[in-house]
Amino acid sequence: MFDSLQTLLAQWMPNEVAVVLVILVQAMMVIVPLLLTVAYLTYAERKVIGYMQVRLGPNRVGYAGLLQPIADALKLIMKEIIIPSQSNVYLFLIAPVLAIAPAIAVWAVVPFDNGMVIGDINAGLLYVLAVSSIGVYGVVIAGWASNSKYALLGALRSSAQKVSYEIAMGFALVTVIMTAGSMNLTDIVMGQQGGILAWYWIPLLPMFVVYFISGVAETNRAPFDVAEGESEIVAGFHVDYSGMTFAVFFLAEYAMMILISFLTAIMFMGGWLSPFEGIPGLEALFSFVPGLFWLAFKVFFLLFVFLWFRATFPRYRYDQIMRLGWKVLIPLTILWVFVVGAMAYFKVAPWFVHGGVA
Amino acid sequence: MGIEKLLFYVFAATAVLASLGVIGSRNPVRAALFLVLAFVATAGIWLLLQAEFLGIVLILVYVGAVMVLFLFVIMMLDINLTPLREGFTRYLPLGAVVAVVVLAEMSLVLNPQFFGLEHFPSPVALAAGDSNTKMLGQLLFTEYLYAFELAAVLLLLAIVAAIVLTLRRRKQGEVLYQDIGAQVRVQAADRLTMVKMPAVVAVKEDNKKESDDE
Repeated sequence: MFDSLQTLLAQWMPNEVAVVLVILVQAMMVIVPLLLTVAYLTYAERKVIGYMQVRLGPNRVGYAGLLQPIADALKLIMKEIIIPSQSNVYLFLIAPVLAIAPAIAVWAVVPFDNGMVIGDINAGLLYVLAVSSIGVYGVVIAGWASNSKYALLGALRSSAQKVSYEIAMGFALVTVIMTAGSMNLTDIVMGQQGGILAWYWIPLLPMFVVYFISGVAETNRAPFDVAEGESEIVAGFHVDYSGMTFAVFFLAEYAMMILISFLTAIMFMGGWLSPFEGIPGLEALFSFVPGLFWLAFKVFFLLFVFLWFRATFPRYRYDQIMRLGWKVLIPLTILWVFVVGAMAYFKVAPWFVHGGVA
Repeated sequence: MGIEKLLFYVFAATAVLASLGVIGSRNPVRAALFLVLAFVATAGIWLLLQAEFLGIVLILVYVGAVMVLFLFVIMMLDINLTPLREGFTRYLPLGAVVAVVVLAEMSLVLNPQFFGLEHFPSPVALAAGDSNTKMLGQLLFTEYLYAFELAAVLLLLAIVAAIVLTLRRRKQGEVLYQDIGAQVRVQAADRLTMVKMPAVVAVKEDNKKESDDE
């Protein structure tokens, strides 16, 4: 589809310009739905937590409060951006950009269906890990440039947390790469063909859990949201940000949440593959459902789990977070690298029969 | 001009300007951030050279981890900027000598006669299904296995040494640590003792107290 668009455009303009235009169109096709999902994820969050706490949640703006995210966005856009007089203005303003840019750039390699991906690169998983690790700069610089004790302490906390959990996350990804024998996200999904039992969540069950927990910690979500422990350091690293600059941090956090859900669905839950694959009656019955729908279904389930966590667990103390990351999750992931190596060597069916490292 | 060429010039110019920024900026935090930018631009050039694995790992390791720690340290220091510049003119001759020596060495090794497009054929496009990462891995784990393992051991040694040098053992009881395993294992009987106290005794005690007060 995009190739024909490119050839069509190339008749009117130089080929390079057509290529850039097509890439821009593809990027917009990912970014616009992403931002809409972020907007309605905030609505879903307030509604879900509301019902879990036996109250209604937002219900004033529009039918059942459906226009609430739009009203919130308008409010944030209209608000004044306050720049603290003692801050480092240049870095203060560049920090939100550094937070949101990686959160959006990562989506370049995320496949939504077989072949529905902007950049189908070989080192896809590595790219995801590398680009999302840049996001920590937004936090560090925001905290430092604000020139405020609370912001600096919040930035130190949340960046130390992000860097720590990135290690467990990276090792969990190593096991996925070993199982699939590829770092390409499309190949990883295609390696899981054969129904719900062939997905990687069974041989990598501890890694599935570790990855999702690290994802929650990485996005600074409850129960790991000590960066914004209201009673101790107010809002954490973005305490001095107002209006749209604050909203950009917020967008980045939610975009990362959606990304973690996507990656978990792709790596451990068969991506866009139907769960009924290989079951005689059901496979034919559900064969009309597009792969994008299955992926979205899994992603929304995982996002619901994010919200569920927030409504259920009390906040961890900081030393407990660090203990969980360094003393529980990282040793477990290292152990599982060996287990996966053994499974790959003995070609445990059905996951390690084709592909794999061996 | 192809897009690749354009991208190369953009990345190269960014890398050079950012490197100048590293040594030129007054604020150490800004210098560190320029270094990050230089890394990212270099990674872009490596990607253009089809060294995708190296380019991405450069970002992952140096930008994502090492420079974050650098920034941490710089941010925590309370640097007074004026004394930093005090010895500038005094050390300028020495610095100039070092710069000239380094430049001379580099021009001897990286002689201009080694440069030029005719000396470096553009990288051959890989066959479909051949991945750069896989080839690198095969080389690392076969031909260069010893060097690879030695580097790994060296790094491990450095980690252990760093921990040993900075570890501060404190006396028993000086700090309280949380033993989560013990907390989970605890039973009600460990914390609570049920004491049977006959009601009559309590009344007697009260009476005695009252008589004491009088």
